[in-house]
Amino acid sequence: MSLTRQDVEKVALLARLKFDDEQLDKMTDHMVQIVQYVDKLSELDTDDVEPMAHALDINNALADDVSRPSLPREEALKNAPKSDDEYFRVPAVLGE
Amino acid sequence: MSIIQKSATEQLALLQCGQLTSVELTQAYLERIKAVDTSVGAFLRVESEAALTQAAEIDRRRTAGESLGKLAGLPVAIKDILCTKGTPTTCGSRMLENFVPPYNATVVEKLQAADAVILGRTNMDEFAMGSSTENSAYHPTHNPWDTSRIPGGSSGGAAACVSADMAPLSVGTDTGGSIRQPAALCGCVGLKPTYGRVSRYGLIAFASSLDQIGPLAKTVEDAALLMEVLAGYDPLDSTSVDIPVPAYTASVSQPLENLTLGVVDHHFGEGIDPEIETAVKQAIATYESLGASIQHIELPHADYGIATYYIIAPCEASSNLARYDGAHYGYRADQAEVLAEDGSDDGPLVRMYRKTRSEGFGAEVQRRIMLGTYALSEGYYDAFYLKAQKVRRLIQKDYNQAFEQVDMIIGPVTANPAFAKGEKTSNPMAMYLEDLYTVTANLAGVAGISLPCGFTESGLPIGLQLQAAPFQEEKLLRAAHMFQNATDFHTRRPELS
Repeated sequence: MSLTRQDVEKVALLARLKFDDEQLDKMTDHMVQIVQYVDKLSELDTDDVEPMAHALDINNALADDVSRPSLPREEALKNAPKSDDEYFRVPAVLGE
Repeated sequence: MSIIQKSATEQLALLQCGQLTSVELTQAYLERIKAVDTSVGAFLRVESEAALTQAAEIDRRRTAGESLGKLAGLPVAIKDILCTKGTPTTCGSRMLENFVPPYNATVVEKLQAADAVILGRTNMDEFAMGSSTENSAYHPTHNPWDTSRIPGGSSGGAAACVSADMAPLSVGTDTGGSIRQPAALCGCVGLKPTYGRVSRYGLIAFASSLDQIGPLAKTVEDAALLMEVLAGYDPLDSTSVDIPVPAYTASVSQPLENLTLGVVDHHFGEGIDPEIETAVKQAIATYESLGASIQHIELPHADYGIATYYIIAPCEASSNLARYDGAHYGYRADQAEVLAEDGSDDGPLVRMYRKTRSEGFGAEVQRRIMLGTYALSEGYYDAFYLKAQKVRRLIQKDYNQAFEQVDMIIGPVTANPAFAKGEKTSNPMAMYLEDLYTVTANLAGVAGISLPCGFTESGLPIGLQLQAAPFQEEKLLRAAHMFQNATDFHTRRPELS
């Protein structure tokens, strides 16, 4: 499986990260090495193995549907880099 | 022997009988931190004033005859990954430099309810990603035994502060070895509990199916003491398990009879430092002399542990860390700079996301987000993530089969003693291989403990790992105590000026 600089650039957009040329070269180089290493798993025949998402036999741990106090709005907005009295503020989403 | 050199268990007894006050003890640790942490760098923040206020209040309540919690008056250091209401929690990242959580992690509430004195926050690799604490966005931590070397990671500060007598107890987290490896490299005891044993509520998530909180301490009894407070079911964590918590401290000094230990032959030989091999084999012989029987076992898929882990952990990380978007909390890139960027096809919001995340996260965190995003992306999911989940099942089956034959698995924690600073920073794969002996316990969800079992000729600590079936922490601690009782490695402390 080959991983190119273009692939890495595409993944960077998906991951909402951005690299300059030098960083992109280095990231590509490191990712190629790691992907080559993890490809070791293809040695194993796993056709009949059930995938394991986590270590416990717990499924759908449900809580009772009762209301309880939640974070007050001002507390929830307190750590926001930019907010007004009601909302998180972000750069324009639509149009430009 | 000065008070800070005593074990937490001994200090607690002195506090309880009135021969020591919490203020005296807390003061002694604060002085020690002041004297040596400039050369160790274990703490990100020391909360002197709050700690002394809390200590004075506990002393007052004790004098008044009020009932007190299990850790009453004992200082505890907390890895900077556990949310504490009203107190900055940075996770070793610039991204969370100014983050002040609006709620407490369950373990923080438990420590408060136990009347522990919170001494401060310990350093760590950013978002717990690393094996050397060199990935902290703030400063590196140095190994107290040789400050030109790394303390291990990601709970490097947590291990170093205990080892250098700057805290009697500390709380760390372990996703692939992050408690056990630094404990081994710093010469202290570190327990990674079974997945589900300790609530993860309020633990800043790295890889949610692998993360677990646990104690670091100088002795096995001390680890048992802290574990008793940390463990337990929590409805706020849907992966915490509702099984009663044994009284670890009550049983820790009772030796186990008919103990059967499994040795995995390929843990030794190629790749392991000869001094570590000798010390671990000597430890196995010690157990034999204590009546344990040794069986040779196989974990046939253990060699695939690192590859499995470095798919699953980055996948979960890329998903967990998507929340750092510069909008809700944490760092955001300068708006004027974002808007001034030209030559980009992205809209203003996406530009803000990308610039924020590229500036707020360090190189290793970005690398893991990239790996995870790639492995989960269209066309690669089956080859990477699904494949890794299947191999994870095989690794768990290996453990299940092993625990049908033996009570515990005994072996090394690391292949090498603490390495020099900078030695592995430019080679991510070399750093990842540090976790060779530890990641499989996280993948399978079993419990593991690291305890001191020797020193290299140059004076660096060596760790011994015991692993047990899920929810067998009580037996694990008892087995560890048997070894501690027969040896004196845990009594040695680094010389720091």
